[in-house]
Parts: sequence; structure tokens; C-alpha cells
Amino acid sequence: MIAGLGLVLGVLLGLILQPSVPIWLQPYLPIAVVAALDAVFGALRAFLDGIFDDKVFVVSFVSNVLIAGMIVYLGDQLGVGGQLSTGVIVVLGIRIFSNVAAIRRHLFHA
Amino acid sequence: MSDPEPRAGTTASGAPSEDPDRDGRARLIAALRRPGSRGQLAAGALLAVLGFAAVVQVQSNSRDATYVGARQDELIALINGLSLASQRAENEMTRLAQTRNSLLTDTEARRTALERARQLADERGILAGTLAAVGPGVRVSIEDESGAVGAGNVINGIQELRDAGAEAIEINDMVRVVAQTSVRDLEEGGVVIDRTRLTAPYVIEAIGSSPTLSGGLQIARGFAYEIQRVGGTVDIKELETVEIDSVREPASTEYAEPVPTE
Repeated sequence: MIAGLGLVLGVLLGLILQPSVPIWLQPYLPIAVVAALDAVFGALRAFLDGIFDDKVFVVSFVSNVLIAGMIVYLGDQLGVGGQLSTGVIVVLGIRIFSNVAAIRRHLFHA
Repeated sequence: MSDPEPRAGTTASGAPSEDPDRDGRARLIAALRRPGSRGQLAAGALLAVLGFAAVVQVQSNSRDATYVGARQDELIALINGLSLASQRAENEMTRLAQTRNSLLTDTEARRTALERARQLADERGILAGTLAAVGPGVRVSIEDESGAVGAGNVINGIQELRDAGAEAIEINDMVRVVAQTSVRDLEEGGVVIDRTRLTAPYVIEAIGSSPTLSGGLQIARGFAYEIQRVGGTVDIKELETVEIDSVREPASTEYAEPVPTE
């Protein structure tokens, strides 16, 4: 319940404050959001599996975001930032899909 | 994620949430009903961060112009594309301007040539007697009581006028005098000029410099003197405007052709 409330609170804060993204963060924020989504779906799946652990969730969330940002940064330095962020998005997308499939199996038994 | 859900949930409703074999759906519903374990708090905080970041990103994305957040090489490619396009447009502009200039020059040249041709045609038309003409000149009235004035006198007058630079000559408002004009006497009096019979009084109108024309006619032992000698009278008026209305059909050449110019 608190988790759901936290999500709603974050969305509301974003809608109310409407902060502008600082320039240096602009290439990384979308990737970070997708990576965090992956962590969240992974955590939801683990919760439904009965193996959820908050420490694991926090660590996986932060490390996902950091690694995704690092990969994009490295890509930018190497001059392949665009391609590399596409790659990261694809991989995270695949993971999200498989997690959601597991969640669906739990919730709908289908 | 190796551990099962820890004991955090045990505080309130106890047993059901701890059962690892329970259905995932039931566990989720239970977690939603029941406020806060430590795990939920952590998840809530992180989800708040995620929601915040996602909303911010979505908004900046929809608020942004297309190019904010674009990478350096993308921007360079864009700029290159734009400068190429503008260069192409400039080339096109130069080409069109050249075309326009050449067309303008053409039109100008054609108009000048046309103007010149028209002017020439007017001059030739007046000299050849195919156009009516107006201008300063003289009107010569010849009274002839005795019937002694004849073709010779008329020819004399025409010659004097031509010598004095007359550009158009007309007799009795009927006959335009041109290069081919012929004058001859009639038995019963009067003259025939270009198949038109004329009788006294004769009126010769000529366009040219009026003082020169009248001077030419009054030259010693000239035209006026001759007519007065045979008993006629001559009246010469210098006029600001003389109108010559009679024209003749343009003569077409049957044998002569212009020498081709190189």
C-alpha cells in the first residue's frame, strides 16, 4: 500500500513542481527511468513469487539506474551513445516483458 | 532476491502473509490492504522517485523542442543537412536571378528594336506617302485667271519644295506627291497629276522648315516669278501646322529586291 502511495506521490510531485531537466541529465534520464521500471517489475515479480527482499530491491534499483547511466555515458564518450542507449533500452525492454509475463501468470493464472 | 519475504509483515495480521506457499495474488492483495512494512517503505520511496523521474521526463519530452537533448553528432548532422539545403536553395536562387536578368535584357532589346522599327516605318511611310502627316510648313495658293499656269509650273514648284527639304507635299487636298508622281497638261486646261484631274486654283501644301520652303519658292526667277510672268498670282503662307491627309497605296516592287545585308 505504501508502495502504491509512494508512486502516486512521486507522480503528483512531478506534476505539481514541473521541474526542468538539467542539461547534463538529459541523455540519462530516459534510460534511468526505463532501468528503474525494469527493477520495479523485477521486484513485483519477486514479491509474487514470495521471494521479495527490500534490500535486494533497493540495490537492484540503484545499480540498474547507475549501470544504465554509465553505459550511456560511456557510449557518448565513445561516440556511439545513440546506438548504445538503443541497445540498453532493447535489453531492458526484453527483461520487462519477461517479468510482466511472470507477473501475469501469477495474477491471472494464465 | 533469494530470500522469501522477511518477517516484516508479521506485526499486524500475522500468519497469512508469512506463508511462502500462498498464492501470489492473495499476497499482493494482503499487502495492499495492510500498511507498511519496512520493505514497503523502501519500495514506496523508490517508486516515488521513479514516478517523479518518469513524469519529469515525459513532460520535458513533450515540452521540448525537437533538438534539446540531441547528441552532438546528431546536431552536427542536422546542421550539415540544413546548410546543404540552404546552399542548394541559394544556387537555385542565383540561377533563377540569372534567367530573370537575361529575360529582362531580351525584352528590353526586343522593345528597343521594335521601337526603332516602328519609328523607321513611320518615317518611310511619310516619305513614301502612305501615312498622313502633320507639321510646320507652307500653303501655296495659285490663282490662274488666264489659264496659263500648267504642268511645268507645278513641276517647278514641286522641285523647289523638294530642294528646300519638304518632307510631304500635297496638291488640292487630293493628290499626295511622291517619287513616282507625274504631272502633265490637259488640252482643255488644268493638269493631270497621277491620273487625277485638277484645275485652278491650285493649293500646294508642304511640310518642312517653313522659312526655307517659302524662300525656295520665292527665289529670283524661280517658281513665283514664273507664275506671275504668265499672269497668275501666288500667295505663300507660312503655317505652324499643315495637315496632309491624302495618302496613297504603298507601291510594291515587282522586280527590285533589297540587296541582302551580311
